[in-house]
Amino acid sequence: MPQTTSIPTDAEIDAILAEHKHREGPLLPMLHALQAEFGYIPTAAIARISHLLNMTKAEVHGVVSFYHDFRERPAGHHVVKICRAEACQAVGGDALAEETLAKLGLDWHATTPNGALTVEPVYCLGMCACGPAAMVDDKVVGRLDAARMARILTEAGA
Amino acid sequence: MKLYIPMDSAAKALGADDVAEAVRREAEARDLDVTIIRTGTRGMIWLEPLVEIDRGNGREAFGPVTSKDVPALLDGTLDGHGPVENIPFFARQTRLTFARCGVIDPLDLADYEKHGGLVGLRRAIDLSSAEIVAEVTDSGLRGRGGAGFPTGIKWKTVMEAEAPQKYIVCNADEGDSGTFADRMIMEGDPFTLIEGMVIAGLGVGATKGYVYLRSEYPDAIAVMNEAIRIARDKGALGEDILGSKRSFDMEVRVGAGAYVCGEETSLLNSLEGKRGVVRAKPPLPALEGFLGRPTVVNNVISLATIPVIFERGAQHYADFGMGRSRGTVTLQIAGNVARGGLFETAFGITLGEVVNDLGGGTRSGQPVKAVQVGGPLGAYIPVANFDAPLGYEELDARGGLLGHAGLTVFDDSVDMLKMARFAMEFCAVESCGKCTPCRIGSVRGVETIDRIARGDADAIPLLTDLCETMTDGSLCALGGFTPFPVMSALNHFPDDFATQKEAAE
Repeated sequence: MPQTTSIPTDAEIDAILAEHKHREGPLLPMLHALQAEFGYIPTAAIARISHLLNMTKAEVHGVVSFYHDFRERPAGHHVVKICRAEACQAVGGDALAEETLAKLGLDWHATTPNGALTVEPVYCLGMCACGPAAMVDDKVVGRLDAARMARILTEAGA
Repeated sequence: MKLYIPMDSAAKALGADDVAEAVRREAEARDLDVTIIRTGTRGMIWLEPLVEIDRGNGREAFGPVTSKDVPALLDGTLDGHGPVENIPFFARQTRLTFARCGVIDPLDLADYEKHGGLVGLRRAIDLSSAEIVAEVTDSGLRGRGGAGFPTGIKWKTVMEAEAPQKYIVCNADEGDSGTFADRMIMEGDPFTLIEGMVIAGLGVGATKGYVYLRSEYPDAIAVMNEAIRIARDKGALGEDILGSKRSFDMEVRVGAGAYVCGEETSLLNSLEGKRGVVRAKPPLPALEGFLGRPTVVNNVISLATIPVIFERGAQHYADFGMGRSRGTVTLQIAGNVARGGLFETAFGITLGEVVNDLGGGTRSGQPVKAVQVGGPLGAYIPVANFDAPLGYEELDARGGLLGHAGLTVFDDSVDMLKMARFAMEFCAVESCGKCTPCRIGSVRGVETIDRIARGDADAIPLLTDLCETMTDGSLCALGGFTPFPVMSALNHFPDDFATQKEAAE
């Protein structure tokens, strides 16, 4: 998970936006690229995009806030997404999620106080025949149990 | 000796990468000449990681294999299953769309061609647009994303529309729980999707395609991007495809975690860079789709099935199936099931055969209580209805919905009131907000089910009434079909909605 301590400059933001400006429907690719670089969508980017794509700032903000993926502030160093969908529930995914949140003392979308880990819900990872499933950063884990989850949390430094 | 180890993300989630690494190390230590080929999955997820070894006389399967099994695997002392084709779950299938998945290296175009790839495209290049569209119509193929709309009719509408630019958009926003066929084919045989999209482009006169792929599938995104690059390099995509003077190019667009973007008009808005809100129909996307241009929006499996239809002919495909459901259905057996995975077969198999015979009952060993067919918007079907044949109309007649053909099995520990509440909660989280029955109805639905849980029997007719309003008044399937899981839970499992009341009395 990329982390930046300083606030991105307009020049840095513009350089990323320029790479996608020629595309048909460029906004989602732009937002993904910004988040890949900075770990979140910097507030300053809203105005830059609005200017570049001739949209109002409200429209750009509307898009950013519509999608679950886009963050308006950085996440923890690692993100664990636990599947809450039906197929994982059928094999105890909901109990595992509740235990995990209770153990960390967090609610969904929250980050551990040391900044190591953010826990998020996800609705289906396509692991429906080998649940319960979770995604640790970009790596999917199947047939999870409490012990395996504990190892994941320890490795993430939570 | 050759070893085939899946790189499918389900296999990796169960340790396939560790096994591949262990094989590499062990082979090096023993100074063995071993070639490791990473493939897609054969679809038998309960056997993953499933490793196949070819010592010169055919592929033999072993699984599930762990890193610790690797020395015995290489010694030849590990117990195996024999050839994959002899495993009953596999032997009973008819693999058309998934014929190559798990067999070939997904990113080896030459291997793809060796297994029948590009034959369909070469044939399509020699046909007129009208002939291409007629072939699809004759095959009887219907949209595999859930709606079951005849693919040929959709293509004909786009073909006949006049516009300076037309598009092929592949809906790879496979958000339904219990489904993974799209992911599996994109990770295991991406060229078949590319070939299908090129044929669609030739058929309707489109030169540009997009695969709208959900962000929850990073492996599929990586494989598709690489496959597109390779296809372009080798002349199967881009300018002058296979020397035909025709062009078609495509790219992957990554979604951003909104379930509703699996709905085609919402997907188009998202692709245009807008909030993924649903559009009213008409106009149909076939006439005014992406950027207002005529657009084919098809599911991954629909498009990935096109090459085999052109390779073997429409009639060959249409000869499988029953009634108006022609060809094969890619069942995804999921949830609490002993043998979960992908099972491709002709339409018409019964739900009971799939869950009990193929799936082997529950993973937990407890009795089956319900199966949700067709994803989060599909009905919960009780064991009493297990004689229902799996076909679009056949399931519809039993109050169900085939959808994308995902089957999620639940054992008797499931609380159906809780599942009904979850369906409403999910609808509330994922609603695009455009229409009131979905946006507000889902929130009221959660509250009403909570009242029932507290023992308020008066809330039951209220919930029924609310579901009718959502069904009749919602703009798309999210609000319109959420009543399927809710009402099927209430109607088939009334005891789960009465326990609190009895306890209170």
